[in-house]
Amino acid sequence: MIQLRQIRKAFGDNVVLDGVDLTIQSGETAVLLGPSGVGKSVLLKHINGLLRPDAGEVWVDNLLVGQLDKRQLSQLRSRIGYVFQFGALFDSMDVFENVRLGITNEDLFQDMDYCRTRIQACLEHVNLPSDTVVKYPSDLSGGMKKRVGIARAIAGEPDYLLYDEPTSGLDPVNADIIDALVEKLQDELNVTSILVSHDVRGSFRVADRLALLKDGKVVATGTPGELRDSDNQDVREFLERDFGSSTVTER
Amino acid sequence: MTTSGWRLTTSYQAIPEERVSVPLLVGRWTLRGMSHVGRVSYLLYEIVRGLGEWRIWIPRTVEQGINVGYGSLFIVLLTASFAGGVVSLQTGYQFTGSIPVYFAAGVIVKSIILEMGPVLTALILAGRIGARYAAELGTMRVTEQIDALESLGRSPVTHLVIPRVVAGTLLLPVLVIFANIMGIAAGWFASKGALDISNADFAFGVRFWVEPFDIWYSMIKSFFFGLAVTVVPCYMGFNTQQGAEGVGRSTTAAVVSSSVLILFLDAVLAKILLS
Repeated sequence: MIQLRQIRKAFGDNVVLDGVDLTIQSGETAVLLGPSGVGKSVLLKHINGLLRPDAGEVWVDNLLVGQLDKRQLSQLRSRIGYVFQFGALFDSMDVFENVRLGITNEDLFQDMDYCRTRIQACLEHVNLPSDTVVKYPSDLSGGMKKRVGIARAIAGEPDYLLYDEPTSGLDPVNADIIDALVEKLQDELNVTSILVSHDVRGSFRVADRLALLKDGKVVATGTPGELRDSDNQDVREFLERDFGSSTVTER
Repeated sequence: MTTSGWRLTTSYQAIPEERVSVPLLVGRWTLRGMSHVGRVSYLLYEIVRGLGEWRIWIPRTVEQGINVGYGSLFIVLLTASFAGGVVSLQTGYQFTGSIPVYFAAGVIVKSIILEMGPVLTALILAGRIGARYAAELGTMRVTEQIDALESLGRSPVTHLVIPRVVAGTLLLPVLVIFANIMGIAAGWFASKGALDISNADFAFGVRFWVEPFDIWYSMIKSFFFGLAVTVVPCYMGFNTQQGAEGVGRSTTAAVVSSSVLILFLDAVLAKILLS
């Protein structure tokens, strides 16, 4: 379980998060919705300690992230797969080495037989052909980069998967493929997933629960059905901008 | 637009206008400098702490070593040969009249071993390797590759910084040995024309003037220069912000800072080791 309690974060004078409270239960897929620049990615980076809050607490499985030493934080991170918005693949390494770095157990990382098997399995999970391993990030399309990023994130068999805008910058067809992949991984790996997105359609498709961020706070949470029927003015404004009067497809 | 000590922004929000004074600037620069020193010291601590994870950094050090050593060899030898030749010609110009000609051989070889070889090699590497390290790590920072490493529970210092620092620090003295040999050879060749010195006189002058400590001094300097041309650019690259412009800024700052640090260390080590 992940708990965010009264998280505040500012960069200089710019207050990005102003008291965010959020709880994500084990096994669920939660989506943080909100317009660009509202602090969704910043919030996500607090969960695995890439950013530290100015105030507030982040708890992951009864561990207070801010109080972990380097070794403990490293151990926690090895249980949290993180899919970056633009892939963040290591451009000097081929796909094999990129995904291999996701194998966080050092003994397994050194075992090349295990690595080959695991990397092939991860690429199969994300529907990439086995010959992708020899390619470099510069040889891959945007959608393929995202999928390699996901393969790297699941290579260490994490308990949690954090997705930072997994469909941003993709055409609708590729965005649907990634959404389907998120659903598939959720079913196959049974991990707790947190996505940040401004893509309402995709979010309603994959989410068990959604939270809407506005002005540095969570202004609404609920299942896709609850949010669709919500009277909350912020929710209505955000959803109508994307959906208009069309019907929302639930997971 | 200013009105009585207040500056109006485009959104017409009045904010106090900053009064810049010399003490304020001195204080600000001092704080900034101390902050850099503290952070570089912490990076050095992290480097020492990360050396235990040898299974990670040794393979990457070999890759970096090939780049630093083999990749820099040609330009280092070229520069050393010109430096040796010029030292010889200038010594020939200055050594006229009653000074025994074998003295010149000592001056040429000592100048190359003590100063020209280490300093010129280090300055070349500050441009070639320092710029590369800062740009590589800076790009990795702004494209979230360093964050990605951290998110995988891996230490960016062990994976990225230690291989670069170890390769540069160990190979700079090796390059300096090659530079010294090349510089002496070029100096010897040039002195035959400039000073009309025989091989026997040149060899006697070298034996008479050059001591084993000179070689050690050259190597000790090279080691510290190696740290300067690797740690500073890695630090600059690691702390890059604001996209492509930030990468450019870090790269420039890395080359300038490491070059200045080389000259500073040159003076300090001369005072400490030669006094």
